[in-house]
Amino acid sequence: MEKRNLTCIRCPLGCSLVVTIDGDNIDVTGNTCKRGYDYGVKEVTNPTRVVTTTVPVSDGVDLRVSCKTSGDVPKDKMIDVIKDLTEVSINAPVAIGDVIKANVANTGIDIVATKNVSKKKSNLKATEVPKHEYKKAI
Amino acid sequence: MRECDLVIIGGGPAGLAAAISAFDSGIKDILILERDKELGGILNQCIHNGFGLHTFKEELTGPEYASRFIDKVLERKIEYKLGTMVIDISKDKEVVAINPEEGLFHIKAKAVILAMGCRERSRGALNIPGYRPAGIFSAGTAQRLVNMEGYLPGREVVILGSGDIGLIMARRMTYEGAKVKVVAELMPYSGGLKRNIVQCLDDYDIPLKLSHTVIDIQGKERVTGVTIAEVDNTGKPIKGTEETYSCDTLLLSVGLIPENELSEMAGVELGITSGPIVNESLETNVPGIFACGNVLHVHDLVDYVSEEAGFAGKSAAHFIEDQKKFEDKGIEIQINTGDKVRYTVPKTVHPDIMEDEITVRLRTTNVFKNVYLNCYAGDKRIVHRKRPVIAPGEMENFQLKKEDIKDLKAEEIITVAFEEE
Repeated sequence: MEKRNLTCIRCPLGCSLVVTIDGDNIDVTGNTCKRGYDYGVKEVTNPTRVVTTTVPVSDGVDLRVSCKTSGDVPKDKMIDVIKDLTEVSINAPVAIGDVIKANVANTGIDIVATKNVSKKKSNLKATEVPKHEYKKAI
Repeated sequence: MRECDLVIIGGGPAGLAAAISAFDSGIKDILILERDKELGGILNQCIHNGFGLHTFKEELTGPEYASRFIDKVLERKIEYKLGTMVIDISKDKEVVAINPEEGLFHIKAKAVILAMGCRERSRGALNIPGYRPAGIFSAGTAQRLVNMEGYLPGREVVILGSGDIGLIMARRMTYEGAKVKVVAELMPYSGGLKRNIVQCLDDYDIPLKLSHTVIDIQGKERVTGVTIAEVDNTGKPIKGTEETYSCDTLLLSVGLIPENELSEMAGVELGITSGPIVNESLETNVPGIFACGNVLHVHDLVDYVSEEAGFAGKSAAHFIEDQKKFEDKGIEIQINTGDKVRYTVPKTVHPDIMEDEITVRLRTTNVFKNVYLNCYAGDKRIVHRKRPVIAPGEMENFQLKKEDIKDLKAEEIITVAFEEE
């Protein structure tokens, strides 16, 4: 029999839960509502999280684009998800929802962009103007 | 000089929501002034999820939440200027701003909405002894470096303060390969949201030490270590409880302060929140200057910022359309902070001109269990609600109804308190 102390995060109340695991029997105490019970059971049977991070962008107005898993991934896979993105980068333009890496860390879940990053405008014009004026001044 | 119906200072969540709501209330001549290179404000660096649970019933990341509002501003073709810094606002609502294209320019507005947000409390405000080595960052600076610039500020980290940004950065730095050794919090409770403590610290076995503070920072060129100690109930370090952690980085997440230098230039009076004192319309003491979002008081959820700013936008629209109504507001009733209440927003109400119902937001002074939120109009109790747990980190609110207070006399007051029954 195993006992685990958890803090429910379903609402700001933050009930202190004690979850008792005895084989297939799971019991939750300390909760004040059904949602707290469900949270307690899920946290000890199949805890999941959404992972958010960033990857570098080439040629964009920003240096990095923020991204997230398109759904919940198992809690013990979170670090694998991050590691699987070490070498990943993307070219601008990027739009919210664009898939940056499909099936990240073999979770069946994709990494999708959470920000729009447009392509960097060519800055040719901006440099031409001052040069011209500089010559004129001499 | 350019004239404009409504000038909004700041293009973050508050400014965007205020602009959309003012537009939808009938004011089309709106100008948003934003100092950054893009709209969205601080949401752009808040890449974690959990935004919008109240507004959109789904968990969005900061940039996604911002884009929902930016899209609405673009759809309505509301004018905005980026890279534009407002340097002065006068009492008669003349705004002075600068940007590289136009230089210095003046705008005369019929109404102004202050939506400048807040900034982080810095090391200087804390009186931590020691040298000034590199490696000490505010949590928000670290957040910007990691999420937007792509730099990792350090490899071994101690965090002082358990505000939400500090908690979020504990997880973020862990993801990027840093080792977060401890989070020390001066108060006996955390100032952050419960879900952040669970998902950012507990998930990664990062210890949170309550009633602890930093008493020494080691290192001359770069931080090499930090000593923390337990504090007694007066906040003084207790001898013999010192622990030293070797680290190269110290992050400070020790509170946010509304950024009101511009408000003060305009003669706006500030209150206990360090933000403007406002009435039921979120109007400051200067007629036609409104305030909303973190410049007014620091919020814990952006959903509440959007809601509050939407109301400020509507109020400003009413002001522009019918200034007369705002000139003669009728009697003014004070909202008094009773037991266990640190502040309320608004601070005053004019029953004659108020909407049928307004939202009053408030924070408590400490952690309390099994109390009732009570609001009294004169001697009569008009709100009575059980609150199983209240904490300074979680904002409370209730609806104040016009019909409950319309018969109050000028000398009577409204009192809000948390009480045993």
